Amino acid sequence: MTATAEQPTTGQGAFRRPTATTGLSSWFTTIDHKKIGILYFVTAFLFFSLGGIEALLIRAQLASPDAAFLTRDQYNQLFTTHGITMIFFGVMPLSVAFFNYLLPLMIGARDVAFPRLNALSYWIFLFAGIFLFSSMFLGGLPDGGWFGYAPLSILGGDPLGETLGASSAPNVRMLFYSVGLQLAGISSLAGAINFIVTVLNLRAPGMTLMRMPVFVWMSLVTSVLMLFAMPIIGVALWQLMFDIGYGANFFNPAQGGDPVLWQHMFWLFGHPEVYILILPAFGIVSEILPVFSRKPLFGYTAIVFSGIAIGFMGWGVWAHHMFAVGLGPVANAAFALSTMFIAVPTGIKIFNWIATLWGGQLRFTTPMLFAIGLVAMFTIGGLSGVTHAVVPHNYQQTDTYYVVAHFHYVLFGGAIFGLMAGFYYWFPKVKGRFMNERLGKLHFWLMIIGFNLTFGPMHILGLQGMPRRVATYPDGMGWNFWNLVATVGGFIIALGFLVFVINVLKSRKNGVPAGNDPWDARTLEWTTTSPPPPHDFDVIPQVTARDELWNRKYAAGGPGRQPMRVPSGGSADAPAEPGAHDPGAGDAHDIHMPDPSYYPLVAAIGMPIMAYGVLFTPILIAVGGVITIAGLFGWALEPSAEEH
Amino acid sequence: MRARRPWTGWGLLVGVALVVSGCAIGGDTPGEFPQNALDPAGPIARQQDALWNLVFPIAVGVFVLVQGLILVAVIRFRDRGEDAPPQQVAGNTRLELIWTAIPALILAVIAVPTLGGIFALAEDPGEEALAVRVIGKQFWWEFEYLGDEGQGVVTANELHIPVDRPIRLQMEALSPQVPDTFDEEDPDASRSDQSMEGVIHSFWVPRLAGKQDVIPGYERLMRIEADEPGQRYSGQCAEFCGLAHAEMRFEVVTHTADDFETWLDEQAEPAGTDLEGLAAEGQELFGAHCVACHALDGHPEDAEIRIGPNLTHFASRQVFAGGIFDNDDPEQIAAWLRDPSDAKPGAQMPDLGLDDDQISALVEYLQSLE
Repeated sequence: MTATAEQPTTGQGAFRRPTATTGLSSWFTTIDHKKIGILYFVTAFLFFSLGGIEALLIRAQLASPDAAFLTRDQYNQLFTTHGITMIFFGVMPLSVAFFNYLLPLMIGARDVAFPRLNALSYWIFLFAGIFLFSSMFLGGLPDGGWFGYAPLSILGGDPLGETLGASSAPNVRMLFYSVGLQLAGISSLAGAINFIVTVLNLRAPGMTLMRMPVFVWMSLVTSVLMLFAMPIIGVALWQLMFDIGYGANFFNPAQGGDPVLWQHMFWLFGHPEVYILILPAFGIVSEILPVFSRKPLFGYTAIVFSGIAIGFMGWGVWAHHMFAVGLGPVANAAFALSTMFIAVPTGIKIFNWIATLWGGQLRFTTPMLFAIGLVAMFTIGGLSGVTHAVVPHNYQQTDTYYVVAHFHYVLFGGAIFGLMAGFYYWFPKVKGRFMNERLGKLHFWLMIIGFNLTFGPMHILGLQGMPRRVATYPDGMGWNFWNLVATVGGFIIALGFLVFVINVLKSRKNGVPAGNDPWDARTLEWTTTSPPPPHDFDVIPQVTARDELWNRKYAAGGPGRQPMRVPSGGSADAPAEPGAHDPGAGDAHDIHMPDPSYYPLVAAIGMPIMAYGVLFTPILIAVGGVITIAGLFGWALEPSAEEH
Repeated sequence: MRARRPWTGWGLLVGVALVVSGCAIGGDTPGEFPQNALDPAGPIARQQDALWNLVFPIAVGVFVLVQGLILVAVIRFRDRGEDAPPQQVAGNTRLELIWTAIPALILAVIAVPTLGGIFALAEDPGEEALAVRVIGKQFWWEFEYLGDEGQGVVTANELHIPVDRPIRLQMEALSPQVPDTFDEEDPDASRSDQSMEGVIHSFWVPRLAGKQDVIPGYERLMRIEADEPGQRYSGQCAEFCGLAHAEMRFEVVTHTADDFETWLDEQAEPAGTDLEGLAAEGQELFGAHCVACHALDGHPEDAEIRIGPNLTHFASRQVFAGGIFDNDDPEQIAAWLRDPSDAKPGAQMPDLGLDDDQISALVEYLQSLE
């Protein structure tokens, strides 16, 4: 990427390549991983907020028995869309936002391996989200559960149509689901390939695999999981699309199809998906805990390999979502064992994190509070997960609020706490300013109190026999009190996020200025400026150790084997070499970065048009296809901007 | 940057968590929690509950250990403004092996009774069991008593069982609709090419047993058993099945062996026809409006062509329409007849356009079907 100037540029291409790197228009053509990372975060956070509003409506309905705040139909649309939004358009792309912004910076690279493909991933993700939510105005949001169990997802929830009017055939709502998630899957696949190649090929000299920050490792494992999980759900969704839209019968038992096949395919994707959602957060806390303990991560190797182990074993536990399906005692026994076994690598991580804190000098900044919050809250989710593996009792737990409690402790107490920790931690790098600590801590305490009030009682509700996905419940079941508590907790969480948004808006312009390394951190991204220049590093860093930056700042072997700070730019045994380590000393003039491009946006725009074509008229499939193919040709034949 | 007193917050948190988990094990009076899975009322549910009683204390122990360690670390190792960084410890192989091995051992301890339980629960109850066919429909449950003993009795929303005897449930899901082209002579053939199959449901009576999904196109087996006669145990569908999923409830009613036999004999009797006055009017209306979907004799046709619940002994039940309405309340029956999908959104019974007089007559008639 640094030597494109010598290459002959192609003179073809229909349009001049855009050159603007600032201003509004630059956001549509950017291929800078940092700008795409910001786009990902803002977009995903908007979808995440929609998912939160859906959750609040659900909680409002369930606050009291026999409530009529929402109709059955609205409730079913909302709980389905809440799951889809949070998983595919909230937490997953929030993680991808961190991958985008941070991976090149953490491995000492200037961009991801395929910058235009990166932009394409973002635009497809955005359009997939808009496409899915547009169903609201075109027949209703999906209403068959995020798990889309056939044959309900094919037939619809109201077979005779007495309540919803003429039963919509085909079931447009779940057609939106099957097509929309295929689009989101294309985006994830393109992203996964990009991140894998970036991590494997673009590391700075000296950064061996076992010197990579744990966040980079977890991103790599997550990307590999995405690469293999997305095709499975892609095939399943494709088949479901044909079942609904064109009367195929892959999953319809009335025509010899098999509804259990859908469940196997869905969960063979769905369980690795859980690790796709949680491993990035594990990576984030593995960066934050050492920095604010001023100690290296305890058991780096164990944490890396347990992450890899989870990535492998995650493929062998899917049927624990199906214990009540009746697969037989042998299958249930096998999946009970594999599910228990996967608790071991998870436990290793928890204990290593605590050992990282042990003996440190803990600074309770907002990112640190969220990171410790993850360790504490995820532990609860992990423990309830072990109780799920006790199959005979799982027959009681499955499809109840006990499970809802469990996976929110994993995905909210785990993933969301981790992502929030990461946001507060890296915000000074992105904006050059600190987030407001006072508001940050208020956000944390509102979150952790609201979170436990919301999801803690759901353990009890589930064991007291309250099933999931019920639009209401009768009085006299003993569920009234805890449901009310959960609803109050939900609104406290919402208040917490309101504080967060205010904090971001305040701090991005008026926050306390942060230098290059405001936290006394340990990894490469803190060696460059805040915010980083478009080319990330003036000089590609030379890596000599796992905690590269820390090793440049501190030398081992002071009194009591405590490290000592060394003068800037060198270490005790390797005196400063001017220009080699000092980010300000390089010469940025000879660095050539790839130019912005229209074509990722053009290629992506064709895809939702094709998707609408599946639903409404085949002509749109052709129109969208032509646009996408035109975009890809333009992309292939695009000139570089140098010749102009 | 330092939080002034971080440990107060964590103490509060751990306190809340302990209270929450304490409530989960605390004794609940059964009357207040009719679907409490922690209050088993039969050997199957007890077997499942025993494993919970094994794993829950272990989970609480690990919870207290982990949160305790975090708490100690947070208090003891908080930054006191030291100048030099602490000792840079990067790991300890022996410690790491210990906290790999100990959880693995604990899990092995849990795994043994878990596997035993899985196979024990999967055993067929054998000849002595009472066989009942359970059919999940959108959005109610139908029960058909099988074998000579069962006398072909079909009922809905209430599953009556004898105590101290295993019940073998043979479960399937069917569509509430019967296609026009259904061939009574050859139901199997019709089934293969018509949309006879329904959607997935899950049968759950928490105090008697955990769930078993009911899957269209398959027969699923399940065993339940109760201890105490004269009880009504609440249950409901636990797999999302459409618009009225929340209203797909049912009850299990327990009898002594003798009482059960009596109940079964009564159910096998045909409906009384010797009626007078309003009830007789209702009977006539029933013949005109209802019999297409609702059978009135004790020995109805194949399950595939039954549409609505069998009403032969409607008045002997306490609940109707997915166990959400009260049979004793004429108002609730009238509201249902006036507009079923208004009373229960998603209900498959059409609005018959009955006037108030017709409704009163039908209510009178239905309530006479003891």
